[in-house]
Amino acid sequence: MAAHLKKRVYEEFSHSKVVQIPQEEAPAKKLRLSKPSKSAALHIDLCKATNSTDALQYLLQFARKPVEVESVEGVVRILLEHYYKETDNSVRLKIASLLSLLSKTQGFIPDCIVDDAINTLTNEKSHQVLAQLLDTLLVIGTQLPESPTVRQRLIEVACKHLSDTYFGVRNKCLQLLGCLGTVDTPLSKDSEGPSTSIAPGAVRDVQSIISDYFGDQESRVRTAALKAMLQLHERGMKIHQIIYEQACRLLSDDYEQVRSAAVQMVWVLSHLYSESIVPIPSSNEEIRLVDDAFGKISHMVSDGSWMVRVQAAKTLGLMTQVSPQFLEQTLDKKLMSDLRRKRTAHERAKELFASGEFSSGRKWADDAPKERLDSNTVALIASGACGAFVHGLEDEMFEVRIAAVDALCQLARSSTSFAEKCLDFLVDMFNDEIEEVRLQSIHVLRQISTHITLREDQLDTVLAVLEDKSRDIREALHELLCFTNVSTKECIQLALLELLKNLNKYPTDRNSVWKCLKFMGSRHPTLVLPLVSELLSTHPYFDTPEPDMDDPAYIAVLVLVFNAAKSCPTMPALFSDHTFRHYAYLRDSLSHLVPPLRLPGRKQIYGLDSVDSGGGSGSVESAQLFLVQSLNRVSTIQNLEAPGAQDLLDFTIRDLQRLGELQTELVGAAEFCATYLRCQLLLMKALQDKLWNMAVPLCLKQNVTATAAAQQILEETYKLEFLYSGLENRQVATIHHVRLQAKALQLILTARTRQGLDPLISSCEKFLLDVESFQRLFLTELPHLQDSFVDKLLELMPRLSSCKPAELVKILQTTLRQSGLLQLKLPDQIHRATATIIEPTGESDNPLRFTSGLVVALDIDATLEHVQDPQTSVKVQVLYPDGQSHVIHPKPGDFRRPGPDRHRLITQVYLSHTAWTEPSQIEVRLLLAYSSSCTSFSSSAAKQGLERQHRRHPTTRGRRGGNDSVQQASQIASDLPQHSKHTT
Amino acid sequence: MPEIKVTPLGAGQDVGRSCILVSIGGKNIMLDCGMHMGYNDDRRFPDFSYITQNGRLTEFLDCVIISHFHLDHCGALPFMSEMVGYDGPIYMTHPTKAICPILLEDFRKITVDKKGETNFFTSQMIKDCMKKVVPLNLHQTVQVDDELEIKAYYAGHVLGAAMVQIKVGSESVVYTGDYNMTPDRHLGAAWIDKCRPDMLITESTYATTIRDSKRCRERDFLKKVHESIERGGKVLIPVFALGRAQELCILLETFWERMNLKAPIYFSTGLTEKANHYYKLFITWTNQKIRKTFVQRNMFEFKHIKPFDRSFIDNPGPMVVFATPGMLHAGLSLQIFKKWAGNEKNMVIMPGYCVQGTIGHKILNGQRKLEMEGRSTLEVKMQVEYMSFSAHADAKGIMQLIRMAEPRNVLLVHGEAAKMGFLKGKIEQEFSIDCYMPANGETVSVTTNPSVPVDISLNLLKREMALGGPLPDPKKPRTMHGTLIMKENSLKLVSSEQALKELGLNEHQLRFTCRVQLQDPHSDPDTLHRIYTHLKSVLKGYTIQHLPDGTVMVESIVIKVSSSAEDTNTKVLLLSWSYQDEELGSFLSTLLKKGLPAGIC
Repeated sequence: MAAHLKKRVYEEFSHSKVVQIPQEEAPAKKLRLSKPSKSAALHIDLCKATNSTDALQYLLQFARKPVEVESVEGVVRILLEHYYKETDNSVRLKIASLLSLLSKTQGFIPDCIVDDAINTLTNEKSHQVLAQLLDTLLVIGTQLPESPTVRQRLIEVACKHLSDTYFGVRNKCLQLLGCLGTVDTPLSKDSEGPSTSIAPGAVRDVQSIISDYFGDQESRVRTAALKAMLQLHERGMKIHQIIYEQACRLLSDDYEQVRSAAVQMVWVLSHLYSESIVPIPSSNEEIRLVDDAFGKISHMVSDGSWMVRVQAAKTLGLMTQVSPQFLEQTLDKKLMSDLRRKRTAHERAKELFASGEFSSGRKWADDAPKERLDSNTVALIASGACGAFVHGLEDEMFEVRIAAVDALCQLARSSTSFAEKCLDFLVDMFNDEIEEVRLQSIHVLRQISTHITLREDQLDTVLAVLEDKSRDIREALHELLCFTNVSTKECIQLALLELLKNLNKYPTDRNSVWKCLKFMGSRHPTLVLPLVSELLSTHPYFDTPEPDMDDPAYIAVLVLVFNAAKSCPTMPALFSDHTFRHYAYLRDSLSHLVPPLRLPGRKQIYGLDSVDSGGGSGSVESAQLFLVQSLNRVSTIQNLEAPGAQDLLDFTIRDLQRLGELQTELVGAAEFCATYLRCQLLLMKALQDKLWNMAVPLCLKQNVTATAAAQQILEETYKLEFLYSGLENRQVATIHHVRLQAKALQLILTARTRQGLDPLISSCEKFLLDVESFQRLFLTELPHLQDSFVDKLLELMPRLSSCKPAELVKILQTTLRQSGLLQLKLPDQIHRATATIIEPTGESDNPLRFTSGLVVALDIDATLEHVQDPQTSVKVQVLYPDGQSHVIHPKPGDFRRPGPDRHRLITQVYLSHTAWTEPSQIEVRLLLAYSSSCTSFSSSAAKQGLERQHRRHPTTRGRRGGNDSVQQASQIASDLPQHSKHTT
Repeated sequence: MPEIKVTPLGAGQDVGRSCILVSIGGKNIMLDCGMHMGYNDDRRFPDFSYITQNGRLTEFLDCVIISHFHLDHCGALPFMSEMVGYDGPIYMTHPTKAICPILLEDFRKITVDKKGETNFFTSQMIKDCMKKVVPLNLHQTVQVDDELEIKAYYAGHVLGAAMVQIKVGSESVVYTGDYNMTPDRHLGAAWIDKCRPDMLITESTYATTIRDSKRCRERDFLKKVHESIERGGKVLIPVFALGRAQELCILLETFWERMNLKAPIYFSTGLTEKANHYYKLFITWTNQKIRKTFVQRNMFEFKHIKPFDRSFIDNPGPMVVFATPGMLHAGLSLQIFKKWAGNEKNMVIMPGYCVQGTIGHKILNGQRKLEMEGRSTLEVKMQVEYMSFSAHADAKGIMQLIRMAEPRNVLLVHGEAAKMGFLKGKIEQEFSIDCYMPANGETVSVTTNPSVPVDISLNLLKREMALGGPLPDPKKPRTMHGTLIMKENSLKLVSSEQALKELGLNEHQLRFTCRVQLQDPHSDPDTLHRIYTHLKSVLKGYTIQHLPDGTVMVESIVIKVSSSAEDTNTKVLLLSWSYQDEELGSFLSTLLKKGLPAGIC
């Protein structure tokens, strides 16, 4: 065999042309070699190598280049052959690692080398090489998850080497068992070495074999055993409950990795057997396993190693099934009684606390020992869960504190009473020394704020943070205040006062503060009511001076009042005349902050508003119904040429657009449908009879419109695909289907207009490739596409791939015109990505000036909604007046996430340009980058930007003569209406 | 049995003048050498005459270890080394070494220059004493001599505070000094690995306290200060120059900055400025936050805190003053206290522990009329607040440390007797280990069980391994045969052959033989064969051979058959075995005595 191979290799090496060689394994396999094979080159190199260093060098060089799938097997055989001859350990090690690398090659199925790899193990003496070989087997095993025989063999090999003296080998064996072992099929372990103490013939399963190594003398092996067990669990095997006790013992291991893995293990088991009962040692009582595990993991929060503490704190957050009385202990260090006994424990603890056996350290001399209670009831350590979070929250390492805050959040979300209890602790965290922790605790408080109502003193502490220097903290706090419930009107007043102070100190927070007050007003209308006259400084008898309408603080107050007035009809009676005027102004200028109000006697003026409010949130269902009905109506159009079909589409599109405007909750869905229908309409128009029945030269004009239509459809489909979030595979398939139709249309048009076959052939090929990739991508969706264009096309596929371009075009034309409208099915949630640029506003009176050739920084602040993964997809484009533009990639750190599906981009872009004299405007745009994965014809992913909204930013600079003085110039500012998106 | 002896000369059931003598493995170590704040006479220093009545201490002590720079841990050091006489090494960490002499000098000034005491150590003595100091790094193992080694762990508490592990052979003692298990604004938490010492000597200042969350305390403190300032009152915070002072400074500094307060904060000059300098230098000994941000801004460069001048005492308007010393027993803090005590708008916040006998202790216990020197009385109208900021571990912290180190015995020092007793009970109950709380001068001795290292010859080990499988199982002890040789100071385990060779002796074989009479009608060879088959069926897993010379071998046991002279039916079996096979041999003899079963051919 080897001789034959070598001969073959030499042949390959000398002939660099297409050869066809029969192979033993796969006789019909074709090998296409266009250059000397890698395997051949490697073999030559290895034969040349005189000593191990050289060989190692060759192997290292070899490893740098990728190996094509066809030659992997050859290379592997060469390597194996050399492996047996090699005496040097390091070279063998490298070969072994190369084998695992090669097994990973995409498309290579390593079942043919399993035997060889296992054979190499038998004679290997070096432990390191052995470990590496086992690693190779692991790779092979994971590549072949379907084959039970290979798996069985590998498990046997692993069991055999488990008794190796070198820890690395044992580690790898355990890893193998973890990745491949199954629990249900017991293993016979009879063929093992003499070392195992198990009597021959004993039948044991993987799990108990692995658990034997929980007690290994080497800490790394213990860790590996735990990890292997976790791996088994991840693969869906059922772990037995007996493991629990062993895992608990490992919690007090000397080594931190072991403890950390044990924490995970205990957690996994507490999930699996949460309700089973375990006894408490040294007493005859029993508790639920999950409570026991919770107590033990809580204990680990005061571990010596901070890695373990982080792990434990994180894990605690995942144990939501724990009983409430255990949960609440985590917040009190002083409840020192042995709370593990369930019945009387709680009362006992209270007595203890009240009797003051332990002092709190807040009053002098309250720690003088008093007469002792039964000292058996007090246990400092065994009380388990006691104060775990108190410890976690004041840990030295901020990583632990953050983990503890997160865990608090998760537990509080599942338990309302716990949420109330942990409030004080979270509020305390607002004073943490590390900003990250402060920020995190504010976020957490926001997430659980639906459960809680803040007391005045808590609010006080919360509001103190408003003076924080960091913008992130302040904004997070505003966000929090939007969602908070407060209990008294004093709280409202306090909050307003602090927010106004904040506004005064940091004017840039304007928008955020207003928004915060908007929510606060609409949440607490009854609390605002008694404050109204004070807030608006009205007086029953005297007219008070009219406040300045441009004062942000006054606007803030008005926003609060108007939003409260929305659900409190008695409030407008308290308004003075100018308040009504200001309302009208604000309703117009800040319509997103000021809700429509039913004002007495002004109904006719605000007719539109009342219609709006009439169609408020109550009618979402009816709007949804309307949407579905419209779609159903459209689906009745079977024939594209039916009279009135176009009109129906036109009307539906119009309806949907209007619906989107009225019903903000449905704007995404409505626009999605409208865009889709518009695509269909365009397609329909382009396929009209007149055009196709005429001779080509006679309808040039129509051709032009049809080409434009095809182009537009393509663009729209990209928007449909990438601009909306929440799409399911089915919708994506529908969109791709439309795109395919547009491409077909384009192809037909090309065939009609252009002369010459060559371009046609290539575009036909492209099209067929598109169809193929469509089929590949949406195999599961094909049943839904019955009777559609693609469906018909795929039926004809064998014919299409062999026929001539002209014929193909003809087929396409008929299929395209025969195919019906594909019904769009709406997903549950669909949102359009939107972006609003807050800064720069475009209204500024102060033009930016810069010196030619140098840079000036421009602050950009924008909110992105429903954008997935903005760190990679959102870019900033700057467009200079001379048409020059460049795209800036913001740093990942510039994106903040204030809420679900919302992102905030705060970044700086640098502007630079050569000299210009007049003040002129610069456009700043946000782009959404995407790559169309299905465009197989372009090697690099095509990137296109969708301009979301752009604003002009006035920039001036001046230059006179040779010196770089800055010239003052007036600026032009005009806020452009929001552009419709278009691809750039 | 070897013993570890511990004798506290100070800090036994008491707080102050920490000084503990430890004898371990024939070495004598002095841990800390402090003074007592409450006394002004001889009781101020530990009683060194306990060690020797006259003469120098050098020959009695192998080394002295100072855990941190507080005077109750290092105040008697120059007295001991220069006036009593000690020339051996003194170990302390780098920050302690830097700050310690400043404090000692300050202490000397107060006692000599202010109180006019004579017979006290001089500046030169402090300098000479510091020359004997060997600095320690964290986690660095220092060999004091061939057998004694010490290692320092981070203890929190104050800058440079350390816990020390003292080790002789396999016996070890850990002395914690003062430590803090919860991190604060400027220091991290104490940490020790699972070193399983024979004895853990721990402080127990807060044996009966379990503190609230640190954040609660901070918030309370800030709130009290803030309210008092808004009322227009003055706030006095008596602190020791180093330690809590820096933590509270950082706390107030950040609070002032955040709340944008304008009232001045003062800090008594002199010592503190010097001390802050060292805090800026030893940034690696501080907590995570300060270590991470010091590149942008060193947290100890205060913006709002200004040095204090005595003339400011009578300034009108609100202010916050940090003044030394912390227990109001002398110095500036006492002076300011006297001035401000009469106004109920003012406030004094005691951020830490006060020793009995100090004014701090009195006012905290609610005394409103104080007798001052010169027989005058002082009425205290100002508010007195207590805020436990003192950086000692609380009961839970002490338990946590015990759990971390897993000692075999615990010894409590540096605390009040009654509170210690409470904690002692808890420790014994919780960990079921012995706990001691000796008074000053009382000796505690613990017997240890040190493991004795024995060299084992590789050949012997390999041979045993070949017999019993490749992996030693740590859970199961295994017996092996070998000879223990004690030569000079070393122990060696070798195979018996090698031992014989080394000793030049011949090996003697010891064999047991025994006769068994058997009733068997068959001929001799047949009987032998019957025995062979019988044994074969009984003893599975042993090698049984039927040798052609008319014997049966079971392992090394030889069985021969001969007919008796009188009766041919009575066969006499000869069994012979060496003493190594005693067990099998006696089993065989009893087996054969029972006779052969009938069904064997």
